[in-house]
Amino acid sequence: MERSGAFKTSLAFIGVAIVCLLIADIEISTLDPWREMGRMALGVVTPNFLAVGQLGEALAKTVAFAFLGVALGVVVGFASALLFHFGPVRWLSAFVRAIHELFWALIFLQIFGLTPLTGILAIAIPYGGIFAKVYSEILEEADPRPLAAVPHGASPAAAFFYARLPDAWVHIKSYTLYRLECGLRSSAILGFVGLPTLGFYLESAFRQGHYSEVSALLILFYVLIASLRLWVKARLVPLYLLAAPFFLGPGAEISLANITRFFTQDIVPHPIRAAETLDFAALGAWADWMWQIFTTQALWGIAATLILTQIALVASGALALVFFPLISRRFFGRFGRTLGHGFLVVTRSTPEYILAYLFLQFWGPSMLPAIVALALHNGAVIGHLIGRHVDEIPLRPDAPKGLNLYAYEVLPRVYGQFLAFLFYRWEVILRETAILGILGILTLGFYVDSAIADIRMDRAVFLIIITAFLNIGVDALSRAIRAKIRLTTTPERT
Amino acid sequence: MFDLDKASASYNGRVVLRDISLTVRPGERVALVGESGAGKSTLLNLLYQQHQARAALIPQDPALVWTLSVFHNVYIGSLHRHKSLYNLLNLVRPRAREVERVRPVLRRLGLEDKIFTPAGELSGGQRQRTAVGRALYQGRDVLLGDEPVSAVDVHQARAVLTAINEAHDTVILAMHDVDLALAFTDRVIGLKGGHIALDQPTSGLKPSDLDSLYTN
Repeated sequence: MERSGAFKTSLAFIGVAIVCLLIADIEISTLDPWREMGRMALGVVTPNFLAVGQLGEALAKTVAFAFLGVALGVVVGFASALLFHFGPVRWLSAFVRAIHELFWALIFLQIFGLTPLTGILAIAIPYGGIFAKVYSEILEEADPRPLAAVPHGASPAAAFFYARLPDAWVHIKSYTLYRLECGLRSSAILGFVGLPTLGFYLESAFRQGHYSEVSALLILFYVLIASLRLWVKARLVPLYLLAAPFFLGPGAEISLANITRFFTQDIVPHPIRAAETLDFAALGAWADWMWQIFTTQALWGIAATLILTQIALVASGALALVFFPLISRRFFGRFGRTLGHGFLVVTRSTPEYILAYLFLQFWGPSMLPAIVALALHNGAVIGHLIGRHVDEIPLRPDAPKGLNLYAYEVLPRVYGQFLAFLFYRWEVILRETAILGILGILTLGFYVDSAIADIRMDRAVFLIIITAFLNIGVDALSRAIRAKIRLTTTPERT
Repeated sequence: MFDLDKASASYNGRVVLRDISLTVRPGERVALVGESGAGKSTLLNLLYQQHQARAALIPQDPALVWTLSVFHNVYIGSLHRHKSLYNLLNLVRPRAREVERVRPVLRRLGLEDKIFTPAGELSGGQRQRTAVGRALYQGRDVLLGDEPVSAVDVHQARAVLTAINEAHDTVILAMHDVDLALAFTDRVIGLKGGHIALDQPTSGLKPSDLDSLYTN
């Protein structure tokens, strides 16, 4: 029997994930995981909003960092989108977006210290790279015919603004708003490396066992994200941007000496720094140094990152297939759908990093908390997109119901799109997997974090660059597979 | 002013025009007639390339920007006359002066009440008239139109063609309506199978004289 490319690809990925699961460490190491989970559950149902002053401050700072970071990213990204036909602009944007916000934050902490600039740049740089790519795609997809009707002699700028940009404008606006939502999540987790955003308060509340405060913080965060479309209006954005700097809080002074030291000493590979002249001996020592780091750290980090990614990818897909009917009117009534929506909003609004942090507290360090966190978050993201799409599929009036409907009418129709979404998330999952190492799981982020703890920035930067190239590689592979099995449906940009 | 000497053209690898020799003098009003696929659009584009800086083009597809208003779509016809910064300001907020300039053009085309309607909300005929408005507003002395009235009713078609003729010295229109072609032009060029099968002054031509173009 001839099977489709999509079917064979799915089987291959499931097979790889099962092999990975056999070698992965998925042990629960805490003595009494149920007790901590029970206390957290109790906290969830007894949120404590009394510490509102502190909670409000955490949220205001989270929003302020997100707004300024995303705004700077929009400016840089839009300018780069116009220059996207230049190879170097394309490569640079691919490189900067392959590095996670938290890695950028770790780097900028060394340069600018614990200042607002660190947080803003950590968001702005990777987002700038993403905006550059997506804006240029949107502009490219705009209707080309009006451009041909512009009279001869009109300046290219006038032609662009009248005949190119207006058609793309709606898409640019909605994508930017979507990214602002992501920016809020990014801003929140920057707190885990010390910036004064939500993650910072969350971690300290957690350490002290104040679970009711943890749940109050998270609830406020969900409300903030769920109501985004209500309080972010085009007219109000300039106002928010003007007000944002006042909420960032005082920063330490930026020291020029620090900046110079970072670029001229800290990140210069040790053998080069130690050598008196840049001769063959020094270059040889440098090569040895790289080989040493690569074989003793990077290789293990890459292996763990890939293993975790492949398991999380398939688990995300499996959960998405379970989640999407929850919000579709083909499968559930009004009440069921409301519950489904609530569940999906919570799981996709909570950054993977925070989910992983929570599960890690319950189960101890192994790949299990990371797998569950990544699968829940990404499964909810994909499930939400597919669920919305399912309601638009026209069905015949005598279509079957329930499981038969799911298996015979709906799943075959959405499967291609589902795979396309999932492959788009592949690179996102990989980037997150690498970063979860900071929590103590042995992925690439773990080695980066240890290098920084040892004040070996040269090693940290080298490992981050390896991470970036791994990411670019997986992105290229994902594109190749999508082309091979002809997933031509352009999924919503996620 | 237009001169083709044994010109040929292909479209998607298929030869559409063969050995076309043609001269159009300033002040002439020419109709290109013939079956669809006979090469009218290709010939128009060939002619347009000879005088891009002097000629306004009405493409067969209206090529409007759907999210912009009728006003802005017509104003696009004048982009080459203004500085980019001024164009940008007028895009963000229509200048009263420009609105008053565009208004009479739309009045002639029966679109004045749609001036601030997004082009995407117009009917097919209204879209086509907006595209004509954009061409008129270019203020060129030559106009090349590819089926400029195919989507509007006969009454409006006459008004549109009158407006086109009044605003331009030289007019070349690809048309499928033979009656309109004879009424509004003074020279008819008939295309058949990629070459010129007929080239005569309009005066004295009867619609039935063109029948041979449409039969095999």
